[in-house]
Amino acid sequence: MEITLQVNGVRRPVDVDPRVSLLDLLRERLGLTGSKKGCDHGQCGACTVLIDGRRVLACLALAVAQEGAEITTVEGLASGERLHPLQAAFIEHDAFQCGYCTPGQLCSAVGMLAEGGPSAVTEELAGEPELTAEEIRERMSGNLCRCGAYPNIVTAIAEVGA
Amino acid sequence: MKAFEYARAADPADAVARFRPGAMYLGGGTNLVDLMRLGVAEPGALVDVSRLPLGGVEPDGDGLRIGAAVRNSELAAHPLVRERYPVLARAVLAGASGQVRNMATVAGNLLQRTRCPYFQDVSKPCNKRQPGSGCPAIGGDHANLAVLGHSRACVATHPSDMAVALAALDARVHITGPGGDRVLAMPGLHRLPGDEPHRDTRLEPGELITAVALPAPPPGASHYRKVRERASFAFALVSIAAVLDVGADGTVADCRIALGGVAHVPWRAFHAEQALRGSRAGEDAFVRAAEAEMAEAVPLPRNAYKVPLARNLIVRTLLELAP
Ligand SMILES: Cc1cc2nc3c(=O)[nH]c(=O)nc-3n(C[C@H](O)[C@H](O)[C@H](O)COP(=O)(O)OP(=O)(O)OC[C@H]3O[C@@H](n4cnc5c(N)ncnc54)[C@H](O)[C@@H]3O)c2cc1C
Ligand code: SF4
Ligand code: FES
Ligand code: FES
Repeated sequence: MEITLQVNGVRRPVDVDPRVSLLDLLRERLGLTGSKKGCDHGQCGACTVLIDGRRVLACLALAVAQEGAEITTVEGLASGERLHPLQAAFIEHDAFQCGYCTPGQLCSAVGMLAEGGPSAVTEELAGEPELTAEEIRERMSGNLCRCGAYPNIVTAIAEVGA
Repeated sequence: MKAFEYARAADPADAVARFRPGAMYLGGGTNLVDLMRLGVAEPGALVDVSRLPLGGVEPDGDGLRIGAAVRNSELAAHPLVRERYPVLARAVLAGASGQVRNMATVAGNLLQRTRCPYFQDVSKPCNKRQPGSGCPAIGGDHANLAVLGHSRACVATHPSDMAVALAALDARVHITGPGGDRVLAMPGLHRLPGDEPHRDTRLEPGELITAVALPAPPPGASHYRKVRERASFAFALVSIAAVLDVGADGTVADCRIALGGVAHVPWRAFHAEQALRGSRAGEDAFVRAAEAEMAEAVPLPRNAYKVPLARNLIVRTLLELAP
């Protein structure tokens, strides 16, 4: 099926089989291998990308269902040579070891910081909660890190979210 | 994954018209795409209903109308839900992850399928996936399966958190389909397994959920609690949605209790509610109510822990809600 996506600001018309996930399209057809395949079942967050600014899992999204969508992958976070503040903070705070989960962590954090609203650990449902370490951990719980870099990931996100 | 045709429906009538035997509706895909990848679901066609113009979250008389394609994250963040139906916001926020909630729709969440390990493994028999093939869970791994309402054919649980809150809130599910429009009340959308465990719900083939309507919020304080194996991003072992209204004289004027993780359906605890109404709010009454509900439980060898867990969860949650 012919669809057209906007990927990192570039118009990408593609012809895809309906079975192809957005993740496989990005990695195997468009050469954007930053988004990672950890589990292919929605359980790890390594494939997180932004669709129209919202963080989603590219492994569970069918490419054909994204017609017209604006997709941002980790490759699209920096502006030219200037890193996204979260990328800079991840380096500054040593927020990764092997780096496999990092593209997903970054895209997830970008989406999360734009979300607002309560989370499962928010005491008061009414207002906007403060972005404590506990809030960050809960909001980022869909992104697993086998290397256990969590403390530094939380620190890096807290710095940018402050 | 088996080949399928894909079409995006323009409106509900178009979706129903496009439905044919072997087709399935596609919401956010977070459950269906996974099951297709596992070979558990093999639709010949997908009719994408994730962007149907079914409306957002809107006031409806003294209640609320929620369009079936509203995303779980949008539902939980909506000011009217947070203010008037906090137990629903809490239940949705307790489920899955930020990314999954951004993708998942209200209808898809209601119709997500069991997480029974054998159901998801096509190399194993399973009455739900393949009617008549047997239920290996009964003699095998059923640690997280049902203790209430199960049958000799299937002991699966329904995994949704949101559905538990909707069952407590007397939600009504609006449906359109080849046979016209109808409404199913919660609990009542889902069915117990009996000898037809392949049927999770009372929906007929081709029926499309268009909205969920909530009556006016029940009076009283409410809470959603979820017990799971890790602090976040895990399905419930047992969960509870509870609303408790205690009158000035200290007796229970009204209450709603629904349990998750214990049955093939979001389990409305009618026995507990009945025992509670009119009795003096306090630990004695709460224990009696919890025991009245769990008296019906028939635990399996490896999930007996759920019976005291559910009992204690009911008592503790009611104690928190009591003035
Ligand atoms: C890793 C992971 C963890 C999770 N943890 C939790 C958890 O803790 N708690 C929880 O509650 N859930 C959890 N979930 C499940 C998640 O909530 C569901 O997958 C999601 O709600 C399904 O919604 P969807 O729109 O993506 O549905 P889809 O996957 O698109 O569809 C699900 C079913 O609904 C049908 N359908 C969709 N829309 C309609 C409609 N309008 N009318 C009729 N039929 C329709 C489809 O045909 C399909 O059978 C988890 C999921 C994942 C991947
Ligand atoms: S409990 Fe139900 S879903 Fe699980 S194996 Fe048995 S029949 Fe299948
Ligand atoms: S690869 Fe998508 S969540 Fe693991
Ligand atoms: S840095 Fe290795 S998985 Fe996170």
